[in-house]
Amino acid sequence: MRIEKCWFCSSAVYPGHGIQFVRNDAKIFRFCRSKCHKNFKMKRNPRKVKWTKAYRRLHGKDMTQDSTFEFERRRNRPERYDRNVTENTLKAIKTIDKVRSRRESKHIERRKKGKKGQQMREAVKELEQSISLVKAPAILREDPSLTLPKIMVKVSQAQESQRMEE
Amino acid sequence: MVQYNFKKITVVPNGKDFVDIILSRTQRKTPTVVHKGYAISRLRQFYMRKVKYTQQNFHEKLSTIIDEFPRLDDIHPFYGDLLHVLYNKDHYKLALGQINTARNLISKIAKDYVKLLKYGDSLYRCKCLKVAALGRMCTVIKRIAPSLAYLEQIRQHMARLPSIDPNTRTILICGYPNVGKSSFINKITRADVDVQPYAFTTKSLFVGHTDYKYLRYQVIDTPGILDRPFEDRNIIEMCSITALAHLRAAVLFFLDISGSCGYSIAQQAALFHSIKSLFLNKPLIIVCNKTDLQSLEGISEEDKMLVMEMKAEAMKTVIGQGGEPTDDVGVLLTMSTLTEEGVIAVKNAACERLLDQRVELKMKSKKINDCLNRFHVAIPKPRDQKERPPCIPQAVLEAKAKEAAEKEKRKTERDLEDENGGAGVYSASLKKNYILANDEWKEDIMPEIMDGHNVYDFIDPDILHRLEELEQEDGLRQAEEDDDDFEIDGKELTPEEQKALAEIRKKKSLLIQQHRVKKSTAESRPIVPRKFDKDRRFTTERMGRQLSSLGLDPTLAINRARSQSRGRKRERSPDRGADDVMDMDVDTPNKKLRIRSRSRSRSKSRPPGEVVPGEGFKDSTQKIKAVKLAKKSANKRNKDARRGEADRVIPTLKPKHLFSGKRSTGKTDRR
Repeated sequence: MRIEKCWFCSSAVYPGHGIQFVRNDAKIFRFCRSKCHKNFKMKRNPRKVKWTKAYRRLHGKDMTQDSTFEFERRRNRPERYDRNVTENTLKAIKTIDKVRSRRESKHIERRKKGKKGQQMREAVKELEQSISLVKAPAILREDPSLTLPKIMVKVSQAQESQRMEE
Repeated sequence: MVQYNFKKITVVPNGKDFVDIILSRTQRKTPTVVHKGYAISRLRQFYMRKVKYTQQNFHEKLSTIIDEFPRLDDIHPFYGDLLHVLYNKDHYKLALGQINTARNLISKIAKDYVKLLKYGDSLYRCKCLKVAALGRMCTVIKRIAPSLAYLEQIRQHMARLPSIDPNTRTILICGYPNVGKSSFINKITRADVDVQPYAFTTKSLFVGHTDYKYLRYQVIDTPGILDRPFEDRNIIEMCSITALAHLRAAVLFFLDISGSCGYSIAQQAALFHSIKSLFLNKPLIIVCNKTDLQSLEGISEEDKMLVMEMKAEAMKTVIGQGGEPTDDVGVLLTMSTLTEEGVIAVKNAACERLLDQRVELKMKSKKINDCLNRFHVAIPKPRDQKERPPCIPQAVLEAKAKEAAEKEKRKTERDLEDENGGAGVYSASLKKNYILANDEWKEDIMPEIMDGHNVYDFIDPDILHRLEELEQEDGLRQAEEDDDDFEIDGKELTPEEQKALAEIRKKKSLLIQQHRVKKSTAESRPIVPRKFDKDRRFTTERMGRQLSSLGLDPTLAINRARSQSRGRKRERSPDRGADDVMDMDVDTPNKKLRIRSRSRSRSKSRPPGEVVPGEGFKDSTQKIKAVKLAKKSANKRNKDARRGEADRVIPTLKPKHLFSGKRSTGKTDRR
């Protein structure tokens, strides 16, 4: 008795659910429900269908690499039964689950938050580096704050008086 | 060689059907389309093919007929004679001969016409030749149609002949009609021969099989034979005569003692003596049938004598076999098929006699010596009377005894099952014999699925260790994340910083734009030295502005620049008036007053051909030419072909190409 993975949406197929399709080259496709089966028959690529796990992983919406995934590995040779090992395994499954789900939610949070932090850092860097485009280094040394120097417009006296005459 | 089975001969079609079959096959299997425009070689080939194909098919079919019908000389003489009796050898051979000649004729025809076709010069001529060829072949077949019909009849009859193996053990039953031969064969075999009160009920040979001493015997029932000279016999009698003549069999001569067959014993005895020459070398048994009506003892003296005579004859065959003259038990037998007494005895006697004879013959022949030479049973002669049983060591005997006891003592799973309530109630514990580290775990049920995961995928002896590592890693990660969050949340730019950032970005984009313009116009931009700077990009005012925007004081720089440039000859266009207020280098107030004091003449715009130093023109003619070209390129084309502004002529009011045609979408009520 195994919980299989649906080929299309990667969700869990419990025993007694879903459909299995065996192709002529002996490749087995398991589907959790008729929705996935029908999509498969339509020859849709799960990597392009938004709600599948394959799409989400591919487009970075969900976490792809993590050490918690390495705990779940399909073993082909059965191991001899050992009660202690089994007990530990069962307890471990719970904690691994917790850790994994926490990490996944963190990943999604990070993604949702946006690029503000990145942008902030970039802005700071830019300010530091390129301030010399708007403020001369000499002035900067005198006045370390980032207030821009006002443009001095030199108006000659003679011109002023000319204008007044007109 | 067809031994005794004539059922496999293919059907011989009658003349008309034969022709039909072959011609339709030719029609179907050869190409049918030909036109007179084809190359002559192609036409010839087309028709030659048809002729040849037809000839081949005829040849094939006729050959199969000839091959499949048996050659009377090649088969067993019994069958040869039987076929001769039934169908007349000569007619048979003639028919097959006719088929053969027909075959040859057809081949000749085909050859001749193919030769003629080679020189056919038109489609019509080739076609006529082909028609002629096929027609002649068909007439040949039509001529042999009676032979074909005859052969077909023979074939059908032959297929129904009984399959008699001439070489195996056979018992032949013969005698007058109605004496009880068919009833006898019905009794001893599974054959179902017609038994009727009239004579000649059995019209041909019938075969049945019976067993004796693990061997199978053929029993052949013959039609009754009448006492007539040989030449007068009809076909049916000839069948039985043939069988008698050729088959090595035990002969049972049936005698009806009661006379109810309609013939007296005397007549039957006469028959016997007339055909006794056929009984040479065959074990003969005289069977007196219908004893329920009349027993052997009750017949008259003359009849008894006749019977004894027949018996004496039969005895001769016994002697000929090598039996004793006194052994007359199996020679004259009585039975009654109605009451079934003596039937089995007769059969056994016949089989016994036949077997003995055959074995003797075999022993006398040369082949048996080869067999005998190959094996030899050695029987050691006993030395003394001591008994010597087989010797089994004691240990083996003990082990055998123990095994037997153990078998009973050891408890099987089945016994366990029975004890605990039988098959439906008790299910065997398959985990009983598991080999585990700790025997207490044998009956543990291990969960396979938990929380949507397969437990088997997670099992690992050092999973705890890995879990610890994971948790450490997790802790570190958490700390990092907190730091990150804290960092990210605190940051905000002050309005000053924002302004500065905006300025920086604006300046950067400006620089990039300028660079892009420069790059794109690099090929068509005139490369003019700085002193002819037409757009006034290198003035001290500008420099001053730029420096002051950075926050530096530009006066020193400006003064320096001017001092360096003051001594230069001022290049001015000759047409310029002295009221040049825009003179950038002159900034002295005196000069200004001086200028102001003169009367101001009207300001003049620059003449069109004047060469401004920064533009890149060599002289005024070049500039005028360039200006003209520029104006020309900006002229509107006279696409309406109007002679002038006032020309309002429309050459065609409704040009056809605009007012006709279908539209793929939309209506055409407005054109």
